[in-house]
Amino acid sequence: MADATPMFEARDLARHFDVSRPLLQRLVAREGRRILRAVDGVSFAIPKGTTLSLVGESGCGKSTVARLSVGLYGPSAGSVTFDGRDLAEARAMADQRRRMQMIFQDPYASLNPRWRVADIIAEPIRAFGLMKTRAEQENRVAELLTQVGLSPLDGQKFPHEFSGGQRQRISIARALSSNPEFLVCDEPTSALDVSVQAQILNLMKELQQRLGLTYLFISHNLAVVRQVSDRIGVMYLGRLAELAPAEALFRTPRHPYTRALMEAIPDLDMTGRERIPVGGEVPSPITPPPGCSFHPRCPLANDRCKRERPELKVAGDALVACHAVEEGRDDAMPMPAIARAAA
Amino acid sequence: MSNTAPLLQVRNLRVEFPTRRGTLVALDDVSFDISPGEVLGVVGESGAGKSMTGAAIIGLLEPPGRIAKGEILFDGKRIDNLRYEQMRRIRGKDIGAIFQDPLTTLNPLYTVGRQLVETMTTHLPIGPGEARKRAIGWLEMVGIPAAAQRIDSYPHEFSGGMRQRVVIALALCAEPRLIVADEPTTALDVSIQAQVIALLKTLAREKGTAMMLVTHDMGVIAETADRVAVMYAGRVAEIGPVREVVKHANHPYSVGLMASIPPLDRRVERLAQIDGAMPRLSAIPQGCAYNPRCPQVFDKCRVLRPDLINAGTTRAACWLFDTELADG
Repeated sequence: MADATPMFEARDLARHFDVSRPLLQRLVAREGRRILRAVDGVSFAIPKGTTLSLVGESGCGKSTVARLSVGLYGPSAGSVTFDGRDLAEARAMADQRRRMQMIFQDPYASLNPRWRVADIIAEPIRAFGLMKTRAEQENRVAELLTQVGLSPLDGQKFPHEFSGGQRQRISIARALSSNPEFLVCDEPTSALDVSVQAQILNLMKELQQRLGLTYLFISHNLAVVRQVSDRIGVMYLGRLAELAPAEALFRTPRHPYTRALMEAIPDLDMTGRERIPVGGEVPSPITPPPGCSFHPRCPLANDRCKRERPELKVAGDALVACHAVEEGRDDAMPMPAIARAAA
Repeated sequence: MSNTAPLLQVRNLRVEFPTRRGTLVALDDVSFDISPGEVLGVVGESGAGKSMTGAAIIGLLEPPGRIAKGEILFDGKRIDNLRYEQMRRIRGKDIGAIFQDPLTTLNPLYTVGRQLVETMTTHLPIGPGEARKRAIGWLEMVGIPAAAQRIDSYPHEFSGGMRQRVVIALALCAEPRLIVADEPTTALDVSIQAQVIALLKTLAREKGTAMMLVTHDMGVIAETADRVAVMYAGRVAEIGPVREVVKHANHPYSVGLMASIPPLDRRVERLAQIDGAMPRLSAIPQGCAYNPRCPQVFDKCRVLRPDLINAGTTRAACWLFDTELADG
């Protein structure tokens, strides 16, 4: 796993959004600016050819990290490094841009309904001027369509003639058309039915093996994440709560939030256990709680957790941001059933 | 199943959409019962007709969709042929509905209290004072903290999870005997989802409310439902006790559907997948609708449509379980 230079690295990455009301209203109401800290100091690295997944509930900042990673947003602080070069300078060069692509969640919104599929897929080829002749370009589009399990003839159709799963295949073909090495996948299967989800996940795994791709995979579904990831980061309110190798995370989840999240998943095995819901809700990222942002919902919280924000620290195979784990108080919270079953 | 008479009976329901290019059959020969206190889960891929079945039961099919054949009986009386006003009185009072998106169910211009009070005074023989008292009680019951204060809040002042609980309180407050819940937890995060499901389960158990739970999330079904109906292309492919359908499905489609769910407890190299896609309503194949994707297809499947037949522990619409065929 320890490659000399990781394919991708985020260092203390932060993105803040100004959601203040207009100046005049602020003056009248005598209130300050309101800053939403969507991502607030996230660091991780992805070695070449591996998959790192980010999981978390809505509003935890995982999609913002995805957009920061390909440069759709600029970071408010920190840096994104792609193949050893800061994205801020790399973005300026078409050659670097070509090497990273993104797959979006909604295959109904991410394809232009007025373009034929062949034109959609060929757009990156044209934008980067990768192919000289039209014939070359057509061959490449046909090859890409075949690669994602569609027919070369489908290039002449429009997106509305395809089902959700087929559209997501088109999105993947488009993303692959510039021969990228790094793909950012933002919930690529959450708009799809399970049987179709399995098709797309299998396809993405196949492509990774065949083309040596590096993935940043964003999902809220722990079961999906388990199937695709080498390492997993659990996000909560714009920060990483835990970052661990996939198998270690499921075998010994350490952060209380990770445990709570696993405990909350509906159980297909119907062992009759009652799910223990995580109490409360994700607080607003505009006014996050002081100290550890999970403390209002955490069964292990004490005074220190309310005061002091925990940093990611090594705990076994994992990096965990939790005072309770650091102090060895985490035995008080039982392991979720999934981890117990594996042990 | 109990020996009490079913509260809801759906008999050979067929829903059609007349279009310029011919009639589309959205539901074809759908039959099932739900008893008091029972939760029937309805699963299937998008477009299989799950939500359509729910809409037909509560009398809210979108035109030009119409019930072309079959009947729906509630407490032994037909409700599919009622006039709009008659059905409106049953809806809310006897049959409550919970939809996927809590924002479209609640009126943004009224406080949640007003919406609850209005629902109760319309359907129950109580005055506004009593209704308000009960409204606070319902909000507490669905787990809204400080209900006495929050009752005067508007829907936008609640978070997504809280709003969905308000919707549930609204569906329950007139104490309906049947609840049609269409993807009630899909818009929610897992931690909130767990809270909402626990609540629905408790209600079914304690109040004897019957429930039709439409969802594509098998985990939710496994935890909540007593029986499950698997739908495919507007038809019921299999119906049976939840444990049997989830763990030992008989119909090849149910088997494929269950196998394609990514397991949480282990990593597999390759997920089982069903190749192809569900047919469009305009191109449902002859015979069994699943035959072009079925790994066990044989000649009869391509010609004759199977009805639900006994398949051991469940009932499946599949010729594999036709005993006459096995004998012949």
